[in-house]
Amino acid sequence: MNEYKKIEMIVGAFVLAGIISISWMAVKLGQIGGLGASGYALNAVFTDAGGMRAGSDVMMAGVVIGRVDNVVVNERSQARLTLLIDDGIPVTSDAIASVRTKGIIGERYVRISQGGDDEMLQAGDEIEETESAINIEDLVSKYIFSSGE
Amino acid sequence: MSDQVVTAHNGFERLLGRLGRKALGAVSWLGDMASVTGSSLALIFAPPWQGRHFVLQLYALGVGSFVIIAITGAFTGMVLSLQGYYTLAKFGSESLLGSAVALSIIRELGPVLGALMLVGRAGSSITAEIGIMRVTEQLDALQMMAVNPQARIILPRIVATTIALPLLVSMFDIIGLAAGYVVGVELLGVNAGAFTGEMIAKVLPEDLYAGWTKALAFGALVGSVCTYIGYRAVPTTEGVARATTQAVVIGSVGILMLDYVLTSFFL
Amino acid sequence: MIRTEKLTRRFGDALALDSTDVHIREHATTVIMGGSGSGKTTLLRLLAALDTPTSGSVWFDGDDIAHVNRKRLYELRSRMGMVFQYSALLNSLNVYDNVAFPLHEHTELDESVIRTIVSMKLEQVGLRGFEHLMPSELSGGMAKRVAFARALAMDPEIVFFDEPTSGLDPISAGVVTKLIRDLTQKTRMTSVVVTHDVHAGLSIADHVVLLWQGRIIAEGAPDDIRQSTDERVCQFIEGRPDGPIPFSSSKTRYIDDLLGGAVERSG
Repeated sequence: MNEYKKIEMIVGAFVLAGIISISWMAVKLGQIGGLGASGYALNAVFTDAGGMRAGSDVMMAGVVIGRVDNVVVNERSQARLTLLIDDGIPVTSDAIASVRTKGIIGERYVRISQGGDDEMLQAGDEIEETESAINIEDLVSKYIFSSGE
Repeated sequence: MSDQVVTAHNGFERLLGRLGRKALGAVSWLGDMASVTGSSLALIFAPPWQGRHFVLQLYALGVGSFVIIAITGAFTGMVLSLQGYYTLAKFGSESLLGSAVALSIIRELGPVLGALMLVGRAGSSITAEIGIMRVTEQLDALQMMAVNPQARIILPRIVATTIALPLLVSMFDIIGLAAGYVVGVELLGVNAGAFTGEMIAKVLPEDLYAGWTKALAFGALVGSVCTYIGYRAVPTTEGVARATTQAVVIGSVGILMLDYVLTSFFL
Repeated sequence: MIRTEKLTRRFGDALALDSTDVHIREHATTVIMGGSGSGKTTLLRLLAALDTPTSGSVWFDGDDIAHVNRKRLYELRSRMGMVFQYSALLNSLNVYDNVAFPLHEHTELDESVIRTIVSMKLEQVGLRGFEHLMPSELSGGMAKRVAFARALAMDPEIVFFDEPTSGLDPISAGVVTKLIRDLTQKTRMTSVVVTHDVHAGLSIADHVVLLWQGRIIAEGAPDDIRQSTDERVCQFIEGRPDGPIPFSSSKTRYIDDLLGGAVERSG
């Protein structure tokens, strides 16, 4: 009997350790609930999101200030991104959101450049000014055709 | 000449016949396993409640497998970090190391290696134990004492592996990530912020769900395959030895096959 | 108490038991004897409902235990006990817990009451004071006596013995035989003993059933069997190697095999 109590306690500790591991991964890595919900959402519409995925970084002045929460195609066949921006980082209403590439592997991120306006965007607002992904093939072909004339 | 044709024809027919018998054998084996596992699981709500036996099995199979899982996790994280670093460094993208290590471990290696370790450590002992109970008529003795061996012996073991594996895999993941961090950041000099930042940014809830679902499925697979093979072991010493080997082989191959199915499902 | 009706059991092509009618009388000891492969163990397993017959019925009072549902079977099992050939003690439990097992499972008795019952049962088999030993620490004879005590724990109406003396030294075998005889008389329980030990079998039997190749070849009181004029019965009782039950199990003639082999080699 006594031995069974001991086993019961060890099993309890084991299960607890497992649950702590799961919760730590959920909160810290997956940002499920809790931390993931913090921040406020802004929308931005691009004609070409260039392979942006949920989870990609949102950067301002080279600093990560949030992440892409959702990527969908809207009714006008444009890419509509929901950005989750950290609380305490205001974005001006005339800010420009652009799809950029970092590193040689070509990983995409959203760059936000602040404008000069005094008015700040509220949660759920849309960033009007956007720059789509720069498509290198398009650039090259444009160059070739323009130089050919 | 025509004789040869006939022999070749007969040979081919024999081969087809053997193939057919093998396939039928495999199907009826799977069917029998499903019926034993299913009827055992159905007893989970039938009195008497086997709580005490779940706890004992969780101890034997779960806690007992922790050390081997921890060691496997640590070395997996370390080697992934080392290997990943030299590959990524060629492209100047060492900063991606954290996410590469984390995604490999969480989506694939944690569940798969954890399950393989569980088959080797706990699965083989489940099969041997039940097989010995079969040889020594302990299963019949339970029957005679009006205790259903499916409820008392099989069910708690399947439940224990199914619950234990997700817990063990989460521990494997965290130990693996920590070991990967030590090698990547402390030994190879990757920027600490880049390592953890990339890791956190790239691991999405979907990746965690994929890993946990796999762990749950593999745990159930290990439990049902190993209990079934032990339960149906030929009641001789040789039969138990063969069943134990078979459980590890079928369990391991089953894990890898199921992994492919689940991965293609989650992508 | 138990009556079988046209009881038949096939294993693949082999007919282990062929349309047998056996009557187990209440408060008496029925001994089922026969050589290896005569179907006596098959018959015992069918009587205890550890196996299902290919056809026929086993009537235990009003129930056909070959075809009742599991719930009813387990109710009936509380009236049965069984001593297995290799004792079949649960090897994870000590002697006390083995004997107390059916009581823990099926009664709500207080532990102090169970302790008393276990002491009584162990006293009956002469092993009181050995409660703390594990099955692996027991000799074959002791293990069998513990198994006997366990079978008696629930005060069954009928106890089955599978080869109670096989594998024991003459003294232990004598002790076990005496225990069966004494306890059967004292408690007026019904017992069914399967054995190939002619001497022990005849000494404890009230009724003897002699099986050969899945059929009953003789039945009656021990004295009737001893005085039987049937050649097969005499051969078995006297243990002669050859007679109507042939020494060789080969189906073909030896001379044919030898000549056939020679022809093949020369051709």
